[in-house]
Amino acid sequence: MADARVRHGPQGGRPEGLEGFVSDWGSDQRTFKKVSWGKAMMWIFLLSDTFVFSIFLVSYMSARSSTVDAWPNASEVFALHIGGADLPLILIAIMTFVLISSSGTMAMAVNCAYRKQRRNTALLMIATAALGATFVGMQAFEWSKLISEGVRPWGNPWGAAQFGASFFMITGFHGTHVSIGVIFLLIVAARVWKGDFDSGRRSWLCREKGDYEAVEIMGLYWHFVDLVWVFIFAFFYLW
Amino acid sequence: MTESSIRNSNMASAAASHEEGQQHPIKLYLLVWVLLFVLSAGSYMVDYVELQGLLRWSLIIIFMLLKAGLIVAVFMHMAWERLALAYAILLPPVAVLVFLAIMTAESDYTLISRLTFFGTP
Repeated sequence: MADARVRHGPQGGRPEGLEGFVSDWGSDQRTFKKVSWGKAMMWIFLLSDTFVFSIFLVSYMSARSSTVDAWPNASEVFALHIGGADLPLILIAIMTFVLISSSGTMAMAVNCAYRKQRRNTALLMIATAALGATFVGMQAFEWSKLISEGVRPWGNPWGAAQFGASFFMITGFHGTHVSIGVIFLLIVAARVWKGDFDSGRRSWLCREKGDYEAVEIMGLYWHFVDLVWVFIFAFFYLW
Repeated sequence: MTESSIRNSNMASAAASHEEGQQHPIKLYLLVWVLLFVLSAGSYMVDYVELQGLLRWSLIIIFMLLKAGLIVAVFMHMAWERLALAYAILLPPVAVLVFLAIMTAESDYTLISRLTFFGTP
């Protein structure tokens, strides 16, 4: 009895946990409580994008495990000669740290946005975009280095021909995601800087005065890009 | 736990769930940021010290899953979302594991066919 009163009492508390899951989905009502449609749609888009990248990685796995030729050793392919020593995978490691840092600054931007710190939010988003652009730049360097060494989608000097196709497809798609993210970060950052979210004017990014949710939704996309890189780094570069 | 303390704790969580948006201490983000750096350094070290075999693969997977978990749970705020959203987003990708299993069998078959009909490399 006490339990029922607590859950349906005047406080308006909802059941938590599994019971909450069932009740949220189980009747004619809005399923995602306290999640705006924009955020829910971003999550669903990210779910579909998860499948896109999953399929790329599974196809890479199939190509790699069905080829009779030796797979090129990523540790050597992506090594750089710095200061008289060959450092394995060093560029990829730096790219990983750059992308993680950009995720960190993005998380800070979202935090500042909910505190309504307009300038800090915009500056942190611009920092995120700068780190993202750095990442894309390093990827362009990596691509041109590999292309100059003779890697093509149909062959390479070191082994299994499928290496190039997998590499260009996976990192190319990821790099495209990063580039689009950088553009959108700059667009949202510019609007935050101009004070569009505090003006009270409605726009497609802002429903009311002080509605900074667009920054969090942008953040979801950006963290997803970082998330995908975690998997690419593990399976393509380290495996 | 007395009835009133149950009600108090429930009121607190109800109040928290009414709050729109996600407001968390900056300290937590900094901690996760540092952890992600450490885990990335760990997975880079796996390659640098040239671990091989089962140890290499298990460490790669463990570091990968920890990093992915931290990003989704804290940076993407999934830890504070209701289960209705978390399950809707996190469960469907499990189907990928089924696909992975199917394609593992399929690529084994392809490899055997290639070795049978085109000979060893």
